[in-house]
Amino acid sequence: MYVAVKGGEKAIRNAHKLMERDRRGDRTVPELELKQIAEQLYLSVSRVMSEGSLYDLELAALAIKQARGDLIEAIFLLRAYRTTLPRFGYSEPIDTAAMLVRRRISATYKDLPGGQLLGPTYDYTHRLLDFKLAADGELPEPEKGAYDPDADIPRVTDLLNAEGMMEPDPETPQDAEIGDLTREPLAFPADRDVRLQNLARGDEGFLLALGYSTQRGFGGSHPFAGEIRHGEVEVEFFVEELGFAVPLGTMTVTECQMINQFKGSTVAPPQFTRGYGLAPGQSERKVMSMALVDRALRCRELGEEATAPAQDEEFVLSHSDNVQATGFVEHLKLPHYVDFQAELELVRRMNKDWHSKEANTAQAEEAAQ
Amino acid sequence: MTGQDTDMFSEHYNFAYLDEQTKRMIRRAILKAIAVPGYQVPFASREMPMPYGWGTGGVQVTAAVIGSDDVLKMIDQGSDDTTNAVALRGFFIKTTGVKATTKTSQATIIQTRHRIPEEPLTENQTLVYQVPIPEPLRKLEPRETETRKMHALEEYGLMHVKLYEDIAKYGEIATTYAYPVLVNDRYVMDPSPIPKFDNPKMHEMAALQLFGAGREKRIYAVPPYTKVESLDFQDYPFEIQRFEEPCALCGAENVYLDEVILDDKGGRMYVCSDSDYCEERREQGHLGHMAANPIAEPENSGPRA
Repeated sequence: MYVAVKGGEKAIRNAHKLMERDRRGDRTVPELELKQIAEQLYLSVSRVMSEGSLYDLELAALAIKQARGDLIEAIFLLRAYRTTLPRFGYSEPIDTAAMLVRRRISATYKDLPGGQLLGPTYDYTHRLLDFKLAADGELPEPEKGAYDPDADIPRVTDLLNAEGMMEPDPETPQDAEIGDLTREPLAFPADRDVRLQNLARGDEGFLLALGYSTQRGFGGSHPFAGEIRHGEVEVEFFVEELGFAVPLGTMTVTECQMINQFKGSTVAPPQFTRGYGLAPGQSERKVMSMALVDRALRCRELGEEATAPAQDEEFVLSHSDNVQATGFVEHLKLPHYVDFQAELELVRRMNKDWHSKEANTAQAEEAAQ
Repeated sequence: MTGQDTDMFSEHYNFAYLDEQTKRMIRRAILKAIAVPGYQVPFASREMPMPYGWGTGGVQVTAAVIGSDDVLKMIDQGSDDTTNAVALRGFFIKTTGVKATTKTSQATIIQTRHRIPEEPLTENQTLVYQVPIPEPLRKLEPRETETRKMHALEEYGLMHVKLYEDIAKYGEIATTYAYPVLVNDRYVMDPSPIPKFDNPKMHEMAALQLFGAGREKRIYAVPPYTKVESLDFQDYPFEIQRFEEPCALCGAENVYLDEVILDDKGGRMYVCSDSDYCEERREQGHLGHMAANPIAEPENSGPRA
């Protein structure tokens, strides 16, 4: 037959088999185990859990393995899986002030209650390729210090708040329904709960670029990294039948509270305002970018003029989702020959008209001479 | 796909993949869409196991309406054999076990991308369109907040200005596919990127037409026997594409044709975009001028299983 795609079914099957073979690579090299990915590529796993909206290390590791390390493909796999899961209910809000902190830094105070705790970070490392790692990678165990479970590590924003210099956390009425983008389509104008959910699922690279743009003057918001903390929090679920909340387990999160200068407007006094970022796992770049964009998107509420891309709610929220973006960009690979044929016919006709008009004009000019 | 595949699937997933709650949510959106022809109903589109932009809207609509007695036809660019049509058909066979067909007349549900079959549809059929951008005004106004207002106020001046400017600039309306229509004298609607050749088929169609846009989270519908007019002006009436030659394989005229390039010396042939229609005509003995041409029939072809 004439159509090149006849026999498509067989071709598709074979293409997938070839992909599987390539995914496995050289069979003399040991296969990756999910544990290795979860343990040794934890930052990839964090990103996939965050943008895939599913807190499950093992499934995220599986998705990364299946996607050959393509994190957006892995995020897509995890999303497509999570959407089939039954929804039992919503957990209680997590309390990051009660976090079992592994890392906590503030750029606004030299020292503060609870102290600066560097924790696991690439900050201040020299970015030199470590050839030891290529050879064997055996590491000495780090020294262990005493752990004080009662250590009080208050949030920086709460400290500032006590002084009245920080806008208070917004009051949420008890019966307020929190929006859920996985259950309701996005509508504009979007409230902050929905915006934050969108940003939490949003592409790290997209948010990074937008956050960066606010620093370079496109909607400047004069940010300080008030606090970044990373560690484990308890997740609780309120059980109607029991009448109280029961712990479901712990999850690791990273939180960023940006503090932004604000000169005041007709609706709010001069004080510091917040941008907020939270993501599962260890995702510092993501939560910092998220906090910058969150603050930029609050322009309407704070009476600021929206002039920059990062302040444009519809622009930001409609394009942040990398599963949507990659699907639509890559759909251009699908056949479009029906539409192309329609365009071809039109352009051919218009092209012919243009040339005959040109020829007529040239003739007329010659005749005039 | 084997029966065993279907069994394995049904252990882990619901019939037609989506859970019943989700199907109910989608059916409600569909009912609302049918009640307000041409109006885009927002719905909580799910992540599907195929990418956004690859038919997730159509797949969700089909999954919400399909039953075990249905017979499904899946086409892309008019053909049952295009790669994505093959993949989506495989998905429904695996998740529902329903019977699939390539014959337009035998299908109860036809899911399509970019075409309407040449054979007229009947009251017993549902045509499900895959829609990339449901908003006909989107290219003129990128903001959803604005376009929703324009629909609410029936303010379509912008669209008419665009069509007028086309005429002023090019001497004709330079839109060849996704040509906007007015449904039931009320809503301007995007017919999805079908060639404008197919627009007249939508008017008073006996079959129910459902449109699903997964990434944009919108469903809309044209109920059977509903007025669908392509936008135009009295002095510049709407016209469809015309082809100068008939299908090279089946000799059909007044059908939409694909151009196939045969060599690098400008050789080309035109063949029916609707592959089922073309095959049926050839079975009935209609032959085009290149039907027996060896160039058009490479060795590896063969009758379709």
